[in-house]
Amino acid sequence: MATVTLDNIRKSFGTDEVIKGVSLDVADGEFIVIVGPSGCGKSTLLRMVAGLETITAGELRIGGTRANEREPMDRDIAMVFQNYALYPHMSVAQNMGYGLRIKGLPKAEVAAKVRAAAELLQLSELLERKPRQLSGGQRQRVAMGRAIVREPKVFLFDEPLSNLDAKLRVQMRLEIRELQAKLGITALYVTHDQVEAMTMADRMIVMNEGRAEQIGTPLDVYERPASLFAAQFIGSPSMNVIEAEGREDGMHVGDMLLPNPTGARGPVMLGLRPEHLVPAPDGPLALRVLLAEPLGANTLLHGMLAGGQNFTASLPGVHTTGGAEVLHLGIAPEKMHVFDKQTGRRLG
Amino acid sequence: MARQVTGMVERHGMGLWLTHLVMIAGVLVIFFPIWLAFVASTVTQPEIVRPPMPVWPGDRFVENYTAALFSGVNVPVLVMLGNSLIMAVGIAVGKIIISLLSAFAIVYFRFPARNLFFWLIFLTLMLPVEVRIVPTYEVIAGFRMLNSYSGLIFPLIASATATFLFRQFFLTVPDELAEAARVDGAGPMRFFWDILLPMSRTNIAALFVILFIYGWNQYLWPLLITTDPSMNTIVMGLKQMFPSGDDVADWPVIMATSILAMIPPVVVVISMQKLFIRGLVDSEK
Amino acid sequence: MGAGNRPPVPPMEKRVTFKGWLLPLCLIAPQVVISAVFFFYPAGQAVWQSLFIPDPFGLKSQFVGLENFEYLLGDPYYRASFATTAIFSTLVTLAAMIPALFLAVMADRLVKSAGVYRTLLIWPYAVAPAVAGVLWLFMFNTRVGVVAWYLGQLGYDWNHVLNEREAMGLVVVASAWGRISYNFLFFFAALQAVPRSIIEAAAIDGARFWRRFFTIVLPLLSPTTFFLLVVNIVYAFFETFGVIHTITSGGPQQATTILVYKVYSDGFVGQDLGSSAAQSVILLVVVGLLTVLQFKYIEKRVHY
Repeated sequence: MATVTLDNIRKSFGTDEVIKGVSLDVADGEFIVIVGPSGCGKSTLLRMVAGLETITAGELRIGGTRANEREPMDRDIAMVFQNYALYPHMSVAQNMGYGLRIKGLPKAEVAAKVRAAAELLQLSELLERKPRQLSGGQRQRVAMGRAIVREPKVFLFDEPLSNLDAKLRVQMRLEIRELQAKLGITALYVTHDQVEAMTMADRMIVMNEGRAEQIGTPLDVYERPASLFAAQFIGSPSMNVIEAEGREDGMHVGDMLLPNPTGARGPVMLGLRPEHLVPAPDGPLALRVLLAEPLGANTLLHGMLAGGQNFTASLPGVHTTGGAEVLHLGIAPEKMHVFDKQTGRRLG
Repeated sequence: MARQVTGMVERHGMGLWLTHLVMIAGVLVIFFPIWLAFVASTVTQPEIVRPPMPVWPGDRFVENYTAALFSGVNVPVLVMLGNSLIMAVGIAVGKIIISLLSAFAIVYFRFPARNLFFWLIFLTLMLPVEVRIVPTYEVIAGFRMLNSYSGLIFPLIASATATFLFRQFFLTVPDELAEAARVDGAGPMRFFWDILLPMSRTNIAALFVILFIYGWNQYLWPLLITTDPSMNTIVMGLKQMFPSGDDVADWPVIMATSILAMIPPVVVVISMQKLFIRGLVDSEK
Repeated sequence: MGAGNRPPVPPMEKRVTFKGWLLPLCLIAPQVVISAVFFFYPAGQAVWQSLFIPDPFGLKSQFVGLENFEYLLGDPYYRASFATTAIFSTLVTLAAMIPALFLAVMADRLVKSAGVYRTLLIWPYAVAPAVAGVLWLFMFNTRVGVVAWYLGQLGYDWNHVLNEREAMGLVVVASAWGRISYNFLFFFAALQAVPRSIIEAAAIDGARFWRRFFTIVLPLLSPTTFFLLVVNIVYAFFETFGVIHTITSGGPQQATTILVYKVYSDGFVGQDLGSSAAQSVILLVVVGLLTVLQFKYIEKRVHY
């Protein structure tokens, strides 16, 4: 069991800095999800922890000791790859036991450990099969099994579920979480899927362009996004962001006047989650609905505000609108997010 | 590769039979020289020298082949077969080994002068043995490798084609496999041996078929460096069985030898047809 | 297999590499050493020797600059050999490609039995050019050859030992014979890769078989055809030595002496090293051009 510490980690390819100083303390047994759009550096960060990429600057500590220079095999980590990276010519048992055999463990011991892991993952029946004879979910399990038998201090997951279909993904999400909790192993998990991040993480890092936009629990990030980027990346449908101006009497959006919970002054960006809007005949927001998408439990209403800005509202139940209807909406002041127009950082 | 097709564009009735007829005629024409050689290898010399020779096999199969295999003309054909086998296998195995190693180095490492070496290997494509025969002969003579297996094999062993084929294949192997191996604690040679090599099995086999035939069918090079009949390969030794001057050639034995000369490569090609076609199409990419 | 369903073009470089430089140098060393000793050194020697003329006793050489080349290019025999090579390789390429294409088109119309014909047709590919030469020599031998005898019965006096045209015809056919198999395999694979829907669309448009063939299929085959063109020319230039050596030994009156054969006969039989080396250098240039052509083709295919 181990803690992982990233201390101002940086990575450059030539003159191109792709990780611009990330710091993070991972507690023992904690499940950390690194989430962000493609190209944000999340995989690079994980691969630096794994030892597959060199660390340009900063310090990585695993279990309290510096690990920057250690080979992957000496870091006490195990990694599950996006495409599983199973050795195609080896059976399931051989795949899982390969690392142990290299370590020089006796055959019997390797076999016992492989059997135990297989049992845990319900792979016992499949031990003699080749990877190509397995379904996607089974391959995923084998990849996990390969990680488990090594009894590592840290699990690293690189988008492990992105090759599975939607239903299996939900199931595997649960399984991974349960397994990690049962084994109590510290885990770093990379994904671009914000639902995975929300459902699995103890804490998550929202990454953008090589920086950590926010580090916090899923609810933290959802309820108090630290930046415009984090605000828009987490949550579906994503948060409405509109230009507004804060004055003494409230927040002005075109002709509309909303409360000003932070007391900000001057031009700001105002963030309103679609699901926090409520219909109110005397509400301050006038939305001209252009398209209604009934999803069953709720309805998405896309349209334009009086000021001409695109806007989406998500209302519970079924809502039908006759074309070009103007809908009046309100929002609780504590659900309003105000961001600096220049820096995109949260105000208040 | 069989396509499941039926439907309007397919031929029926007359058209279909006509197509079969054309194919059969084509096969017969293509096969005719081989058939004739086989017939000639089963009849007596007088039957051949008084044309027209028969078109159906005679009863001298055993005698002629025994004569060829164990006495031959200059040297028993069995000896030449052995030489050909050693040369063909030597070239195929040698090329595969050095190409695997160099392709592995080029793909999986970054080292000084890597590009220079890559281009050097590439340039050997432009230097077929036919173009550099005299100086290569001198090199072999200088090493005292005339009339030796190493002399037959080494000058033909460096192959840019095989190196490129393996390089191409290695590049399609997912990066994650090498990473997984590193996480599992495998060093480069361990990765090469445990993972890359087993994964290359089909490519190696396909290439072996192509290279075996390449080696077996060599003519000019063995002609130059094997002056001792006991070092002749069968493909080049065949020509040496013709008498100089006006003597009449021993046709049944010569034709039996040509049949023997084509059996090993034909067997390899037919029995490994799928691999062979794959190797052919891949290696010419 | 086939031109159509290749894996996508792989990346040019690996993301992951192993560390160290000594190990890779050791790994690449065997190939580099063999290439250096048996390829680059001899090629360099050829260039070097092409600038000298050895004295009649072979004791020392005199530097003559480009004189060997000047002499060669002025030599009617060498120029004749160039012309012979051009004619020979054109004929071999045509004789090897046209029947192959025809047979492949026929085989492509057959669904179930195509594989059987393919198995039968790939035989000759495995037959060495030199052995092919002996087979054809046997059929056309002026004394015992069956075909020559039947031609005689028809009143045609076949004699490739004396008749230059007949000699050329025979080496062309013997050289092209095994190559038909090779070309057949490639054409057949390419035909199988032509999408069925395109053919059916053409059929619906009312195009009959041969019209479909010339207006739709043949253009789709053009990458394969171009590739085979280059490969067959290379074959005719460099790999037919065995055929010529067994059948005609370059005769009669050098009528079948192609460039590679001349390098051999001048260098080994005539012992004219300077000239042979100069010829080697010229051939090097030819191979270079053909290789560049081949790579142009690969580039073209990549961009498809």
